[in-house]
Amino acid sequence: MIKKLAIVLVFGSVVGGALAAPLGLPPVPVPESNPQTPEKIALGDKLFHDARFSADGKVSCATCHSQAKAFTDNLPVSKGFNGMTGTRNAPTVINSAYMKTLFWDGREPDLEGQSKQPPINPVEGGLPDHGPILAVIRKDSDYVEAFKDVFGVDASTINMDHVAKAIASFERTVVAGDSPFDRYYFAGDEKAMTPEQTRGLAVFTGKGRCVSCHRIEQTQALFMDNRFHNIGVGFKKIRGKEALTAEQFLHDKRKGADVDVTVLTRQNMSELGRFAVTENITEVGAFKTPTLRNIDKTGPYMHDGSLETLADVVDFYNNGGRVKETDPVSAFLSGGIRPLDLSDDEKSDLVEFMKALTSPDLDRFTKR
Amino acid sequence: MSNNSRRKFLKQSGALLAASTLPLTMVELAFGKGSEDTFTFAYISDSHITQIKGNKFVRNWDRGLTRAVAEANLLDPRPDFVFYGGDIAQLGKPEEIDHGLEILGALRGKTHYVMGEHDYYVDLGDYWRKQLGPDHYSFDHKGVHFVVLNSILTHESWMHQKWDSGMDRMKQMARLDNPNGQPFMVGDAQRDWLKKDLDKVSKDTPVVVFSHSPLQKIYKGWNFWTDDAEQVQALLKPFDKVTVLYGHVHQIQTNQIGNISFHSAMATAWPWPYPATYRQKASYMPRLTVDMNRADPFFERDATGWQFIDVHSGRADVNYILPDNTNRKVVFDEKAGHPVDTKYQEPDKRIPPQKHF
Repeated sequence: MIKKLAIVLVFGSVVGGALAAPLGLPPVPVPESNPQTPEKIALGDKLFHDARFSADGKVSCATCHSQAKAFTDNLPVSKGFNGMTGTRNAPTVINSAYMKTLFWDGREPDLEGQSKQPPINPVEGGLPDHGPILAVIRKDSDYVEAFKDVFGVDASTINMDHVAKAIASFERTVVAGDSPFDRYYFAGDEKAMTPEQTRGLAVFTGKGRCVSCHRIEQTQALFMDNRFHNIGVGFKKIRGKEALTAEQFLHDKRKGADVDVTVLTRQNMSELGRFAVTENITEVGAFKTPTLRNIDKTGPYMHDGSLETLADVVDFYNNGGRVKETDPVSAFLSGGIRPLDLSDDEKSDLVEFMKALTSPDLDRFTKR
Repeated sequence: MSNNSRRKFLKQSGALLAASTLPLTMVELAFGKGSEDTFTFAYISDSHITQIKGNKFVRNWDRGLTRAVAEANLLDPRPDFVFYGGDIAQLGKPEEIDHGLEILGALRGKTHYVMGEHDYYVDLGDYWRKQLGPDHYSFDHKGVHFVVLNSILTHESWMHQKWDSGMDRMKQMARLDNPNGQPFMVGDAQRDWLKKDLDKVSKDTPVVVFSHSPLQKIYKGWNFWTDDAEQVQALLKPFDKVTVLYGHVHQIQTNQIGNISFHSAMATAWPWPYPATYRQKASYMPRLTVDMNRADPFFERDATGWQFIDVHSGRADVNYILPDNTNRKVVFDEKAGHPVDTKYQEPDKRIPPQKHF
């Protein structure tokens, strides 16, 4: 009785509010409609790892967002049902609780909406609809008991909203800060970063121009801006055919084609980026700024996984949104991207700095 | 009139024309006057392409124009045509005009051009006209009469005085806040031409005028100004609906003077501050203008852009396309009798980036 009361007291203080966060991160926002409870989190964790929710019984959330790989899969683009590949690199789940939109093109506004999509995508879970997921859950006595405990529903009334809420609650616990950078910058520990990393921070906030999108604030740093930018990645697939591709996309969309399916199965239309969601002419080829936390663990990089190493990424930015200096520039390139003229030392310092953004105890997610 | 009933009407009117003479009003309807015919055109302006040396040009200005062209090409359905509002070049050099036209050559569809002062003053527009044709002209499109003016002329005596070189003259006009610069004007000859052109147009025909300078008097120090604006406006006054679209000011400006709606174009190159920020001199910014958002200097495309214009019932609705910022729309409000910003017109709807400079 006393133990149960203590648990309630601990979590009661954050229900409908925000959770405390590690050094360098703001409090985790928690929507009032989906308060955190230990039971819901545990249920979400289990659902996240359940491969039965795919057509071939081999793909779970964790397949592309593996805890052992900083919640990615370290593949250029992810493999789903029957080994099929999509068009997008799997973003990390770590710190996704802070994102105002989900997916590279921001087509979902919250974690609750995000987790419903991949199981029914033909190149991810491969299911025709959510029916098979609910069927598995309703026949599993452990799940039935857990859903009754968490949501107060019996087997017949379990629905995808419940499933999505549980997974989202689990994802809100996948938070990692307290990196060497955080100890250096927010805790004042001058020895927390190497001299190379310290110089790299100066490049990051100065000549490298990284900080305008990968933001560092006064008391916290998410290293993202929740905005969308065309930095020049992947546009070669539609170069010179942007208008035609956009027209075809809009035509299909207006005839009922699902944006989720189109952008993961059509290589060309995938490169329309945020335009696919908003139809805003200024957002062609624009993709969301990813967080840089734990970036050393989440390669390969960019929305299409086309850059293998952090050194490749730095070269790409140094060349003003091009792999090589002689490559063409995207007509839709963001106004924030331009050649940087970094020296070799500045480039290597910048890479070292990004390694200082790795949280020290990522293993705790694996040991859970 | 719905599309279906309009098509039916037009089909029937064709048949009837073979059989009898139609009443005048039906003829007018059949020929589009007062109809709900609508169309869209794109409008790009002020790229200020600047040669550094040889085939090297200022990267930022090139990128702004390239992007506007690529975005305009995405318009679906296709615009009926494109207007370019002046100042292709920075110093009017052939290399600059040619490089700008090379980028503009990627546009899909017919493009009409307006002369800007940065195109004109090095050789009084000779090279521009050689490449693009006359610097003032008119044409009709779907019941609307379009007029293009060269509105950046100035006093003959100043233009033709003895200069060491045409470039010296250009640099006088290309500089901001230059006491030796001269105010823009349309000029006597062109106003005579305009009068003759408009005399042939019925007063219920909507008229759209393109100029580079504002055809208003807003701020003389930066040539947000046209010295003979009142005389030009007088020639437009007899018409029911007139819209003036102009470049030069590199910012969103909106006005209504009598029957004339005024809309400025964004530059693809760079923004200007609003004249009120230069408190030492008087300026007369139209009350209807909602200031642009303050630009984020990190994004070189912020506070630049282009626009597409929907014309319906003879009125222009301007859609401002602003990369790295929030698109805006200024539409004609028939009830109010003037253009309004669809989101920010009421003072209490203004946001801090529009108020804090």
